[in-house]
Amino acid sequence: MTAADAARGPSGSVTTMLRDASLVLAKDLRLEWRSRVIVSQVVPFAVLVLVLFAFALDPDRRTLTEATPGLFWLAVLFSTLLALQRAFGVEAADGVTDALRLSGLDPAGIFLGKAAGIAVHLLALQVVLGLGVTLFYGATPHGPVLLVCTCLAATAGLAAVGSLYGVLAAGMRVRDTLLPLLLLPVVAPVLIAATEAFAAAYDRSSGEGWRWFGLLAVFALLYLAMGIFAFEPLLEES
Amino acid sequence: MEPVVSFRGAVCLLGRFPALAGVDLDVDAGEIVLLQGPNGAGKTTVLRACAGLVPVVDGEARVLGVDLRADRRAVRHRVGLLGHASGLYEDLTVADNVRFWARAGRARTVDADAAMARLGLDGRLADVAVARLSAGQRRRTSLAVMVARRPELWLLDEPHAALDQDGRDLVDSLMADAVAAGATVVFASHELDRAVAVASRTVTIAGGTVAGAAAPGPTVPVEPGTAAEPAEPAAAERPAPVGASPDGAP
Repeated sequence: MTAADAARGPSGSVTTMLRDASLVLAKDLRLEWRSRVIVSQVVPFAVLVLVLFAFALDPDRRTLTEATPGLFWLAVLFSTLLALQRAFGVEAADGVTDALRLSGLDPAGIFLGKAAGIAVHLLALQVVLGLGVTLFYGATPHGPVLLVCTCLAATAGLAAVGSLYGVLAAGMRVRDTLLPLLLLPVVAPVLIAATEAFAAAYDRSSGEGWRWFGLLAVFALLYLAMGIFAFEPLLEES
Repeated sequence: MEPVVSFRGAVCLLGRFPALAGVDLDVDAGEIVLLQGPNGAGKTTVLRACAGLVPVVDGEARVLGVDLRADRRAVRHRVGLLGHASGLYEDLTVADNVRFWARAGRARTVDADAAMARLGLDGRLADVAVARLSAGQRRRTSLAVMVARRPELWLLDEPHAALDQDGRDLVDSLMADAVAAGATVVFASHELDRAVAVASRTVTIAGGTVAGAAAPGPTVPVEPGTAAEPAEPAAAERPAPVGASPDGAP
């Protein structure tokens, strides 16, 4: 198998895959535009988590400030679960999964499109949460480039692994409870690395942070590659 | 010419239950074949097997020249299946849905718009979310998706269900138009008066096998107690379909 074949995925050309990914991405963004579920439910949930953390740790303001990176990514992680359940709930409803199988869309394209849609939602969520930790926790980052790169890499990883496990659980009646059980252990490395990279960005020690960013990038690339190849059989079984 | 659908002793399992227990069925290009039979007979499974959604675990099964036992996914983009579920995104509008699925099937937006017009969905309904539609309007939207995608094989499960009189007439004319354009239609229905009039042939499914086949006209009754018996292959001769293109895909 050549590198080009490997990049092409199990079916179709790269062009077809990217075309289908853009089609699915546009559809998911339109779904959000029409329903406003992320804006009206997931974002408020994430902000609520931040506020509750503040209530819980408020007596010791210093602890709250020091814990900002971990609290930020925990809020992102919990919100990711909601976003994933929404993203794959719509694909499991009323025969849509069969329609996807019959559509002629490249499964790898569906995976990339779903992952991209989730990533867009998560990035928007992180902007709100970033403002939230500044406002509620008084945390000010000193390494904005590291901060942004960490967000991008961690989001890509969360979206990729979330799309893989999301489609796996989509066809199950117990998907709402199963998905967190499947996903949280797998994304623990993202939580750790993103928290460490953020801590470095907030503490002016960016050099350490870039190593954690590297881990996030490897995680994201690994799961993106896995998704391109594994999504078709998972869609088949869902 | 190779039949569009060719099943020989096809067996499909749903879990451990043999939903199809050795189906023999041939459908030629340009036919409109009605599958009839009691609830649970296996009609829906035949349609889903033809679409490559249910694996055929024994026997032979070819659809549009594709060996389903070797690669059932290869046939999927060439067939259209209207099932009990709508296959639509509830939060998207009618136009959003039809255009998305049309483009997914490599059809153009103009094809989607024409299909919506044909199904009477081009007015104010085009901008209504599917979640707010009646059952009949959803059915029309699902049919519009199929019309826009122009599959080579139409697989319709109770296509008249939930539709008003005009809608039912429209379904009949859509099937006739599809055949005239070179497609083939296999549909399941309990509305026999209407369905038999549309079909060029009727095949009775019972107990997961083909119990009988007939040319247009009265359907072959299934005697109680024989439903689960292995049946003869469905080899009834039928008239050439009107308006069928001998070799042209739509």
